[in-house]
Amino acid sequence: MFEGVPLTWFLITGTIMFFVGIYGFLVRKNLITILMSTELILNSVNINFVAFNKILYPDHLEGMFFSLFIIAVAAAEASVAIAIIINIYRRLVNIDVEKMDEMKY
Amino acid sequence: MTPNQLMFAIFSAVIIIFSILTVTSRRILRSATFLLFVLVATGGMYFLLRFNYLAAIQLTLYAGGIVVLIIFSILLTSHIAEKLEKPEMKKVIPAFLAAAAGAVITIATILQHTFPMEAVSMSERTNIRAIAKSLISTEKYGYALPFEVISILLLAAMVGAIILAKKRKD
Repeated sequence: MFEGVPLTWFLITGTIMFFVGIYGFLVRKNLITILMSTELILNSVNINFVAFNKILYPDHLEGMFFSLFIIAVAAAEASVAIAIIINIYRRLVNIDVEKMDEMKY
Repeated sequence: MTPNQLMFAIFSAVIIIFSILTVTSRRILRSATFLLFVLVATGGMYFLLRFNYLAAIQLTLYAGGIVVLIIFSILLTSHIAEKLEKPEMKKVIPAFLAAAAGAVITIATILQHTFPMEAVSMSERTNIRAIAKSLISTEKYGYALPFEVISILLLAAMVGAIILAKKRKD
């Protein structure tokens, strides 16, 4: 319970966000929208970490550091993914996952 | 309803509604804008929990950096007015069932578990000095090694992105 907000509420918000991300990951075909779904998934995990940290262990900062590192990894992942997407676009002139069935070698 | 509950309800509603719009909108640029709203609301949730430093990082790095990067790549790879084609039903139904089943199972498990209910005091903001000390400390609860590893990861990602995206000679 944090100032009248129970931990369960945070967890349920995070869960819904996570599975909406999963749905988008499965349904979308455009590579950039798939990347956006991945960002949703990573964000929902961050909410859980932070809420657990504040409500169950208010004297520690572990959850906050995990979120911090997840954000950094997400930034690195997004930059590399977008470089790959632009490279694919240059080769194939579209970024549909279903039309990508060739690798370089 | 306390002010905190009200703020939580607003942020939570924004997160849920706009994340659903993000994965269902057929205009890709709008989809990216909805993602921006979701990320800002998440930052608000960190503010609500008094993690001011993390909220600032969220706003600058996620909302400022990643969304701008995504919008740039959208503008490079597709037309603004272009609409994505409708996903076909034989993909939508299994995906929806999988996501709904996962959500139902997880929420049922969360609701069954009883978390300790003692109220957390209106704790002071996270101390920025404590964060900085933990990030360079090598003792218990110190994060010096992950900090160094993440800096190497960022460097590798930067070099990799440049090499991948640069123009080939041939």
